[in-house]
Amino acid sequence: MVVQRLLPTEEAQELLGLVRDIAARELMPQAAAAEEAERFPREVFRTLGEAGLLSLPYPEEFGGGSQPAEVYLQVLEELGAAWSSVAVGVSVHALSCFPLVHFGSDTQRKTWLPDMLSGDTLGAYCLSEAHAGSDPAAMRTRAVRHGDGYLIRGAKAWTTHAGQADFYTVMARTSDDPRRGVSCFLVPADAAGLTAAPPEHKMGLTGSTTATMHFDDVHVAADRMIGEEGQGLAIAFAALDSGRLGIAAVATGLAQAALDLAASYANEREAFGKRLIEHEGLAFLLADMAVETETARAVYLSAARLKDAGLPYGREASIAKLVATDNAMSVTTNAVQVLGGAGYTRDFPAERYMREAKVMQIFEGTNQIQRLLISRQLTR
Amino acid sequence: MNIVVLVKYVPDAQFDRHLTGDPATVDRSESILSELDEYAIESALQLAEERGGPKAGNRVIALTMGPAAAATAVKKALQIGATEGLHVNDDALAGSDATGTSLVLAAAIRSLGDVDLVLTGMASTDGETSLVPAQLAERLRLPQLTFAASLELDGTTVRARRDGDTHADSLEAELPALVSVTDQINEPRYPNFKGIIAAKKKSVATVTLADLGIQAAEVGTAGAWTAVRTAEARPPRSQGTIITDEGDAGIRLVDFLAAQNLL
Ligand SMILES: Cc1cc2nc3c(=O)[nH]c(=O)nc-3n(C[C@H](O)[C@H](O)[C@H](O)COP(=O)(O)OP(=O)(O)OC[C@H]3O[C@@H](n4cnc5c(N)ncnc54)[C@H](O)[C@@H]3O)c2cc1C
Ligand SMILES: Cc1cc2nc3c(=O)[nH]c(=O)nc-3n(C[C@H](O)[C@H](O)[C@H](O)COP(=O)(O)OP(=O)(O)OC[C@H]3O[C@@H](n4cnc5c(N)ncnc54)[C@H](O)[C@@H]3O)c2cc1C
Repeated sequence: MVVQRLLPTEEAQELLGLVRDIAARELMPQAAAAEEAERFPREVFRTLGEAGLLSLPYPEEFGGGSQPAEVYLQVLEELGAAWSSVAVGVSVHALSCFPLVHFGSDTQRKTWLPDMLSGDTLGAYCLSEAHAGSDPAAMRTRAVRHGDGYLIRGAKAWTTHAGQADFYTVMARTSDDPRRGVSCFLVPADAAGLTAAPPEHKMGLTGSTTATMHFDDVHVAADRMIGEEGQGLAIAFAALDSGRLGIAAVATGLAQAALDLAASYANEREAFGKRLIEHEGLAFLLADMAVETETARAVYLSAARLKDAGLPYGREASIAKLVATDNAMSVTTNAVQVLGGAGYTRDFPAERYMREAKVMQIFEGTNQIQRLLISRQLTR
Repeated sequence: MNIVVLVKYVPDAQFDRHLTGDPATVDRSESILSELDEYAIESALQLAEERGGPKAGNRVIALTMGPAAAATAVKKALQIGATEGLHVNDDALAGSDATGTSLVLAAAIRSLGDVDLVLTGMASTDGETSLVPAQLAERLRLPQLTFAASLELDGTTVRARRDGDTHADSLEAELPALVSVTDQINEPRYPNFKGIIAAKKKSVATVTLADLGIQAAEVGTAGAWTAVRTAEARPPRSQGTIITDEGDAGIRLVDFLAAQNLL
C-alpha cells in the first residue's frame, strides 16, 4: 500500500517517488535471498549513493541533500518497508557522519565531509564494547597521546558495517574521568592495526554485517579528533538522539510491510467459507496492527518536526524509538499469526520481519534504556 | 551535438493493466515514462557525456507526443539528465495510430533545427508495434539502425549491433541518423536527488498541431490508417487439472501431457 504522506515540498514528493521506485526495483526483489545467504549488499548502497540517498540530511555545500528530518526519515521508512538491513545501514551511515557535521571544525568538514557524503563511501559508528553496551561510559578502549597524534588500543563490539565501511567514527577513552574522559575520532578504514573480527551470527538482519573491530595501536593524527578532548560521550549521545529517530522510521517501515503482507493475505485466504478478513476476531487484530503502525509514524514525525524547528528533541526521540520498535515487534509478531502456518515458514517474509523487528528493540539504546532516559527527564 | 530522445508516456506495467470506458481502451490513469525508453535516454546521456556533457554544448532533448499528463515522461527524462524537453499536446491527437504519431514526431524534430541523432526505444510498452522509429526515419530521410544492442559513435559514423537468433548484424551509418535501442544495450541510471532539483530549472516547450503546421484531420482517430474495432480483456486463466494420486497418477499425468501433444 502506498502510504499517504504530508510532505513539505514538491521536491520531497518527487524524492519519495524516486525512493519507492528504487525500493521496488532494486531492494525488494533481492532482499529475501540476500538475507537468507547472509550477504551484505554493498552494490545496493552504491545505487542509493548515486541517487543521492546516503546524504539527505546533511548540508548541500558538502554534497548533502539539505533535507529536513521530516523528509529524510520518511525516505528511511520507505527503505525500511523494502529491506530493513539496507535501511538500518543508511541510518548508521548518517549516524557516523553526524559527529563531523555537528562538532567538526570548518577545516575538518571541508577535508572529509565531501567524501563521506559523496555516496561512494560508507561509515560505521563504534561506541559499544563487549562489556559496555547499555553503559558506554564504562568503555575501556584507549586513545593515548603519541607523537603528533594518538594510538588507539581496544575492541569495539557490535559494529554495523564492520570490515565493510570506509571510515569509522570511534569513541575512545583519553582519560579516566568517567564523564569527560572519552573523545571522538574519525578513523579511515585503511589505518594500520584496524581489523574486523568474523561477523556475528545473528537471529535476523543478516544482510547487515555486525562484528567487533579490533584496534591494535591504530595511529590517528591529532586533527582527526572531532570536537574537544573529553567531549566524546556528549557527541556520541547527541548522534544517538538523531540516530534513534532513524531507527524509529525504519521500524515503522518494517511494521508497514508486515501489515501490508498480513492484510493482503487476509483478503485472499479463506477459512470457514469466508475470507479471513471477514472474521471479526482477525479483522480487529489487523485493525490494531494498522493503529500501531500509524501511531509509530505520528510519533517519529512529531519528534522530527521539533528537530527541524531547532528545538530540543532528545526525549521525544527516545519515545519515538521506544514506541516504533515495540509496535514493530507487535505488528510483525501478529503478521505471523495472521498468516498461520504459512507465517511460520520461510516461504513468506513474515517470520523474517519478526526477527528483524527484535533487534530494533535492542540497538541504539535498548528500550529499557529509552525508559531510563525518559524517566530521568521526569525526575526533579 | 544535438540528440533527440523519444519518450512515450504509457500505463505503468507494475499496476494491473485493464480496459476502461466505451469503446474500451487501456486505463491510462497510472502512467509513466515507458521503461524501454529509459535505455534510449541512457544511451543519449552516455554519448553526450563522452563528448563533455552539456558544458561542451551537447544537448539531449526529450520529446513526447501525448496528453497533458505526458509531461511527466519529459520531466522524468530531465531528472535523469536530459537538458531540455519538447511536448506535443493537442486534443486532436487522441486516437492517433503509429502513422499519425510518426507524422507529428517528425514535424516536431524538424522544428528543432540541426539534430545529429534521434534515439528511440525498441518498442513502446503499450502499443508495442515498433513502427514509430522506422516510419520516423523514412519521414525524416534518416538512415535507420533499429534494435541496436550496442552503439558507438566514431566521429560522424554511428555503429550498432543488432542481435539475431543465429547471427548478429553490424550496422553503420553517417550522422544524422536514427537509432532504436534494445533493453540489452545498457543499464539505465536512476535520477538522483540533485537531478530532481536541477530538472525544475530546465525548459520544456509545449507545442500544438498548429505550431507544427499539421491539420487535425491528418492525425487522431480521423487520420488513422488502422482502427481498433473492439478490445476485450483477456479471459481469466481457466483452472488447472488436479490429479489426486490413487496409485495411477503417473499414468494419468502422461496421458494428460500426451493429450496436449506435449509428449
Ligand atoms: C545487530 C546489532 C547492531 C549493532 N550496531 C552497533 C553499532 O553500529 N555501533 C555500536 O556502537 N553498537 C552497536 N550495537 C550494540 C548495541 O547498541 C548494544 O547491543 C545495546 O546498546 C545493548 O548493549 P548490550 O548488548 O551490551 O546489552 P546489556 O547492556 O548487557 O543489556 C542486557 C539487558 O539488560 C538491560 N539493562 C542494562 N542496563 C539496564 C538498566 N540500567 N536498567 C534496566 N535494564 C538494563 C538491557 O535493556 C538488556 O535488556 C549493535 C547491536 C546489534 C545487536
Ligand atoms: C487511446 C488509444 C487509441 C488508439 N487507437 C489506435 C487506433 O485506432 N489505431 C491504431 O493503429 N493504433 C491505435 N493506438 C495505438 C497507438 O496509436 C500506438 O501505440 C502509437 O501510435 C505508437 O505506436 P507504438 O506504441 O506501437 O510505438 P512503437 O513504435 O512501439 O514505439 C517505439 C518507440 O517510438 C517512440 N514513440 C512511440 N510513440 C511515441 C510518442 N507518442 N511520443 C514519443 N515517442 C514515441 C518511443 O521511443 C518508443 O519506444 C491507440 C492507442 C491509444 C492509447
